[in-house]
Amino acid sequence: MSFDGLWPYVFIAVAGWLATDLWRWAGVLAGNRIDERSELLNWVRAVATALVAAVIAKMTVFPTGTLEASPLLLRLAAVVFGAVFFFLGGRFRQIAGIAAAIAFLAAGLALLGF
Amino acid sequence: MTAAAEERLSQKHWFLVGMRGIFSLPAIVITLSFVGFAALTAEAKIPVEQVMFMTGIVWALPAKVILVGSMLSGAHIATAFLAVTLSSVRMMPMVASLVPEIRTSRTPTWLLLILSHFVAITAWVFAMERVPAVPRGGRVAFFAGFGVTLTFVNVLLVGLVYGAVTEFPPIVSGCLFFLTPVYFLTSIWISARHRVIYWALGMGLGLGWLFAVIAPEYDILLAGVIGGTLAWWGERTLRRREARR
Repeated sequence: MSFDGLWPYVFIAVAGWLATDLWRWAGVLAGNRIDERSELLNWVRAVATALVAAVIAKMTVFPTGTLEASPLLLRLAAVVFGAVFFFLGGRFRQIAGIAAAIAFLAAGLALLGF
Repeated sequence: MTAAAEERLSQKHWFLVGMRGIFSLPAIVITLSFVGFAALTAEAKIPVEQVMFMTGIVWALPAKVILVGSMLSGAHIATAFLAVTLSSVRMMPMVASLVPEIRTSRTPTWLLLILSHFVAITAWVFAMERVPAVPRGGRVAFFAGFGVTLTFVNVLLVGLVYGAVTEFPPIVSGCLFFLTPVYFLTSIWISARHRVIYWALGMGLGLGWLFAVIAPEYDILLAGVIGGTLAWWGERTLRRREARR
């Protein structure tokens, strides 16, 4: 498509903003009716978590860009390596886990000649 | 000081505390991801004003990646709407689970409708993790301070780095991309306050992979609804059995 004029902004507003904010508004209206201690909220929390987890799985198994050409085994090994540091990392487990996973991935990519 | 003035002061205080979240690990990770997004759009030659516009108005990164893909492939606006909206359905349970955690009985709905715009995975994870330490009356202000600041900083950042990073070395862009899933994974684990969250995380990861292979168009939605429901049902069954003992 052409990126000139007003059309791209209309495109972004309709296909991007409306398509996304409609669900956010629906979430407010639904959330306003849910009691904080209800079983329904438990279910909503579980679904929201599983949705984010599915995004994580997709980004790891079917990444876009550079990583598309990298072996799946390397990406999975990087996550496992990061997890080891995460569970042993004590107070700094989040940074330790992330840094270990990224370092493993970078080393692997370098060895593979990326 | 009157009670109303004290209330205003504390709202301002919690808004500022939320703003300070811009220097937290989640904010830094998503900001690095946006550097990667700026590089992606610069490579695709989408004008910088349009990239800044979509960063502010769409905000959710996966939705924007799909939107950019649709724009580049010359998709019809209705097709693009459908693709983006399917990826954004997850906003509904995310917002619906956040709202009962932050609102008070006096929080106006219009304010929540406006603030819901700033919910995306990062702000959601950040808020679910930190809001329990904030007094109930300050939670909406705290979330607003974080969400609004994070969005505006990233709009500016995208505009600033767009010209500078036309192309990264592949290792750098690969690592920038990988930061996001790894960060989400650690954050969900840390912020889980209930057993069902771990179960849902496991189910979502496994089914997310499975559906990405067998039904790639609706994978996130299917994995989320089916995986989340199975996790909730399994955990509830176990919880009831424990209660009977």
